[in-house]
Amino acid sequence: MANQGVNRGRRRFLVAATSVVGGAGVAAVAAPFLASLQPSARAQAAGAPVEFDVSAVEPGQRVSVEWRGQPIWVVRRTDEMIAGLAEVADRLRDPDSEVESQQPEYAQNEFRSRKPEILVVIGICTHLGCSPSYRPEIGDPEMGADWQGGWLCGCHGSRFDLAGRVYRNMPAATNLVVPRHMYRTDTLLVVGEDEDGEAI
Amino acid sequence: MASNPDTKIQGGLLGWVDARFPLSQMWNEHLAQYYAPKNFNFWYFFGSLALLVLVIQIVSGIFLTMFYKPDAELAFASVEYIMRDVEWGWLIRYMHSTGASMFFVVVYLHMFRALMYGSYKKPRELIWIFGVLIYLVLMAEAFAGYLLPWGQMSYWGAQVIVNLFQTIPYIGPDLVTWIRGDFLLSDATLNRFFALHVIALPLVLILLVAAHIIALHEVGSNNPDGINIKENKDENGIPKDGIPFHPYYSVKDLVGVGVFLMVFAVIMFFFPTGGGLFLKPDNMIPADPLVTPDLIPPVWYFTSMYSVLRSVPDPFLGVVAMGAAVMMLFFIPWLDRNPVLSMRYRSFAAKFNLGVFVVAFVILGWLGLQQATTEVSEMSLRWSTVYFAFFFLLWFLSKERSVVFSLIAFAVVVGIYTIYDILRFDPSDASLIMWSWLIPTVYLFVTMVAPAFARGLGRDRAVPERVTS
Repeated sequence: MANQGVNRGRRRFLVAATSVVGGAGVAAVAAPFLASLQPSARAQAAGAPVEFDVSAVEPGQRVSVEWRGQPIWVVRRTDEMIAGLAEVADRLRDPDSEVESQQPEYAQNEFRSRKPEILVVIGICTHLGCSPSYRPEIGDPEMGADWQGGWLCGCHGSRFDLAGRVYRNMPAATNLVVPRHMYRTDTLLVVGEDEDGEAI
Repeated sequence: MASNPDTKIQGGLLGWVDARFPLSQMWNEHLAQYYAPKNFNFWYFFGSLALLVLVIQIVSGIFLTMFYKPDAELAFASVEYIMRDVEWGWLIRYMHSTGASMFFVVVYLHMFRALMYGSYKKPRELIWIFGVLIYLVLMAEAFAGYLLPWGQMSYWGAQVIVNLFQTIPYIGPDLVTWIRGDFLLSDATLNRFFALHVIALPLVLILLVAAHIIALHEVGSNNPDGINIKENKDENGIPKDGIPFHPYYSVKDLVGVGVFLMVFAVIMFFFPTGGGLFLKPDNMIPADPLVTPDLIPPVWYFTSMYSVLRSVPDPFLGVVAMGAAVMMLFFIPWLDRNPVLSMRYRSFAAKFNLGVFVVAFVILGWLGLQQATTEVSEMSLRWSTVYFAFFFLLWFLSKERSVVFSLIAFAVVVGIYTIYDILRFDPSDASLIMWSWLIPTVYLFVTMVAPAFARGLGRDRAVPERVTS
């Protein structure tokens, strides 16, 4: 074919311009497909706060409550268990709950709770999302003589104390998350809502 | 028009088709006139067997989708329905679940064959790359499929794997929400995994398999001697050590197919759960987001990588290590610069290196099935070290190294993990840390230091001109 008289500069410009416009079109079409994978409006709407009466929880007992598809653990700690919290502090990674994302301000205390005896945490290991198993027995032979009660994650072996605080050198790097919660009456617990409104 | 001088222009139906579609040409290029080395041994069965399993999976999978319901409310029951009420449903489902495990058995053996005979070396680098991509897609395919029965293991296995992405700094949590399509693993996740499992990934898989075979037929097959048969051609331009794939290897592969199907049938009919390795008892319990099973080991074909993940205490670095364990495979063609392809003519050190790699892979696989105790974590760390050292050794053994270089390299590698041992030293595990230190160290000593002094250990042998048998 005749290649003489071809304006190469213009041809290059046209090829480049067409490619850019075509590429922008592909990107624009990709956006709705990628966005469609986000949680739908229905999924976002689910997740209202849940209420739970803690008076039914026996001392030393752990009860699971479901909130947003996750287990929320409510534990009524005995005096012995509370005494154990201070004892393990030097073996913990974050004994003073300094990582702010893991609990609301009102749970940033030595018990990680609003009431010293009642612990409320999300029962999902902060490592890879398994639900750890409850090992409340002090000195549980499987856990070692100095075990003060807590949780063991079966997946990767992370250990937590009875305030949901992670031990040192564990796969999990942070304490269990305390969800936003409050007490509507003395015993009626609300998970997913506090004085500042509903949890995000 | 592309007319092949070898094929006479024929009349009849074939001639009519050939004038419109290169049917005879393709038949000849890929089968009847594809000259493969005459010395293939049984390791060469696994390529065609992988193709066979792919067909089994597609056919059984199509029939499963006719009865399965990708809905969190219905999925578990629909699998039970297939098992109990659908005519021969149990057979089709066990065929699919057995096929999944057999796919990995065959693929792992196929990859080992490539490592043993240097089939990744020039000019077959791209075949290897396509192969590793197939392996990656196969892992994604198996993972997506494992969620579909919506049992406890499906649910929590997926929970752990999806949450791996959560450890990525900054974007992690949002990325995981995007993958799940919800704030927890739910119906939305099941539905999209179903789409990936039955449409998206199989399509990619088939395209990659086609690319793998096209690349292979472009450069020709390697063989147990690692000799390029194209360097010895007769007057017709046909390799003297080559025989047409069809009928010679098509018939030979049928023998492999027969034996393989016997094994396959025995598993499918008598041991479909593989003693808990292929199908886990916990997966016969419907998924429950509130209760985690005591132990969540992945299916056996992922456990080696899973051990690598668990051997690193930091979550994100663990994920990086696991990713690296797979990604390292891509670099093999450029790490191993030794001109000798086949292990038959490689040095003792090279053979030992590959042997230990296989042992490390198997031990890591076993460790990945165990509860994470101190001993298991320690062993995972040691054998992960060996796993990664293998790749370094591939490069190190590319040629004979001087005594000084060998000693310095040995000291540096051993020094790296010894410093880490000192940093993490815990008096309560002192004896465990110290004796297990010997595992990578002895391995490195045999492959790096010993050949520097006993030269015979590190010397490759001469490769013959023609294939040996």
